[in-house]
Amino acid sequence: MAIAPNSGRRDEAGNGVLPLRLSLGPILYLWPREDIYDFYTCVAESAVDVVYLGEVVCAKRRALRLIDWLALAEDLREAGKEVVLATLGLIESEADLRALRRFCTNGRFLVEANDMAAVQLLQGGPFVAGATLNIYNERSLRILAERGLRRWVMPLELSGATLKQLQAGRPAGIETEVFGFGRLPLATSARCFTARRHNATKEQCEGRCQDDPDGLLVRAQDGPELLVINGVQVQSAHTFNALPMLGELIAAGVELLRISPQFHDTFEVVRVFDLCRRGEMEPDAGRHILESLMPVGPCDGYWWGEAGHVDWPANAIG
Amino acid sequence: MYMELVCPAGNLPSLEAAVEHGADAVYIGFRDETNARHSAGLNFDAQTMAQGVELARSRGVQVYVALNTYPRPDGWTRWQQAVDHAAELGVQALIVADLAVMDYAARHCPGVRLHLSVQASSTNYESIRFYHEHFGIRRAVLPRILSLQQVERIAAHSPVAVEVFGFGNLCVMVEGRCLLSSYATGRSPNTWGVCSPASAIEWHASAEGLETRLGGLLIDRYPPGRKASYPQMCKGRYEVQGQVYHALEEPVSLNTLDLLPELQEAGVAAVKIEGRQRSPTYVAQATRVWRAALDECERAPLSYRSRREWQSQLAKVAERYQTSLGAYGRPWQ
Repeated sequence: MAIAPNSGRRDEAGNGVLPLRLSLGPILYLWPREDIYDFYTCVAESAVDVVYLGEVVCAKRRALRLIDWLALAEDLREAGKEVVLATLGLIESEADLRALRRFCTNGRFLVEANDMAAVQLLQGGPFVAGATLNIYNERSLRILAERGLRRWVMPLELSGATLKQLQAGRPAGIETEVFGFGRLPLATSARCFTARRHNATKEQCEGRCQDDPDGLLVRAQDGPELLVINGVQVQSAHTFNALPMLGELIAAGVELLRISPQFHDTFEVVRVFDLCRRGEMEPDAGRHILESLMPVGPCDGYWWGEAGHVDWPANAIG
Repeated sequence: MYMELVCPAGNLPSLEAAVEHGADAVYIGFRDETNARHSAGLNFDAQTMAQGVELARSRGVQVYVALNTYPRPDGWTRWQQAVDHAAELGVQALIVADLAVMDYAARHCPGVRLHLSVQASSTNYESIRFYHEHFGIRRAVLPRILSLQQVERIAAHSPVAVEVFGFGNLCVMVEGRCLLSSYATGRSPNTWGVCSPASAIEWHASAEGLETRLGGLLIDRYPPGRKASYPQMCKGRYEVQGQVYHALEEPVSLNTLDLLPELQEAGVAAVKIEGRQRSPTYVAQATRVWRAALDECERAPLSYRSRREWQSQLAKVAERYQTSLGAYGRPWQ
């Protein structure tokens, strides 16, 4: 399997190693099948280095089957992307386990485990630990490194200061990926909140979440945007943006920065991150562009060890 | 199969109440963020924990210590010391979620059983197998989101005993993976052992009624005379597409008294009462009712019916309206 992680990547001119790689997270929403294919056609031509493919939120979403994901994965690999198959986060039923086994034994692509069941099924084989595996300390990193861990995604609520502590103690050969841009996935239930909005049960949901390609906005009664309902998942209404911390992330030795797809402007987001990592755009200029592309606005409290919804003033200066 | 009754104790009087009214086991925690009920004035220091363990031992009641939060690198020694301390006291089990904590306990305290905390988000038997094979866990506490059928399936295939929540506060999110509290306040169950910390809560009378806020965010608004619930992000009333409603979940609590025969038939080893943050009166009342129900169910599972007086006694101490089947029925899942 061509799954050995690279520590950096030569740019197209072959003149120098980029300071960090950009990854594209799995699509967290239910998009129409044609839109998914159009999206990944654009991905192939974009500056992202690593692409996570698969349905991670709801077992009832079946716009694409494993065989479709694998075909897409081959196309993207052909286009020079590293592909990782992302697995479902909430594994409850026997059907969920059967699907998970098929992903874990695909034989061709690295797998992102979003539940410990995937780690168990991989039997020591290589994997990426998704943020929901809850790695909060370097000891946990070492424990999983002995069992096939190649790369981990930091839990979303951890701060920049904690990241630095973890980086100082991480075992050799393990890559670190940080959620870099997108609405934060904050919680998952077995219940479907989109179905609830339509007074339906999950069994009778009719895939209604497909009507909301960026989720359903939830406002407090006094007006401010709070959350987004995405089927069984709850996300932040505001968009986390790590671009202003790019220098710190690079200095901390973070290898990958994840961009979470949104229905509009994802490739403009990728372009801005790419220009900034190459030093061809100032992060501050990039930040202004990115903020204009956010559905509601920015939040970065988690990075500063504050409440996640906060747009921390220290960051807004300059 | 005998189902064990596991009762909460946030302090010595609650522990005494649980022991007195028929708990098979009590679960407790230290007075810091090493457990998921970290709250001012709650939990045990070295002295009271030793007293509690001794009291339980004298009455043949097991003691489980919750060490079910996730240490960050700079806090590790607190969790390490908590494991050592609990083991020295001779408690029967540690309830753990973090890989490093369970690895340390498995290596250094082989005499203490490990129970997988609900905070480890184990919703299937393959995940339980992982923790069993690598750390020798002996029991798994299942998240409250599972349906009865799923609990049955897991119990049938799990290499270890399973414990389920029977009564108390209801989490609709997968426990251990919910960041709603830290999104609003900076503090979460995983990091600080708190959900919706009291320090971040405001009650404010406005022209529109009583407002409850968490981390400054408006969670709900109550007209005069309406009973206000403790503000949690998952139980607030919000506006979605012009409609104001409980967008995620009604503020209800869990009660599975009606399901006891099915849980027993499924081979569930233990039923847990939620509520270490609650009063000794709550613990006494809940323990007494559940003891009676479990005894009745064990004696005559086929004719078992939950009794009206049990339900009314529980209703007196429940914080919210109860769902008769709770998560396990899942009317709209």
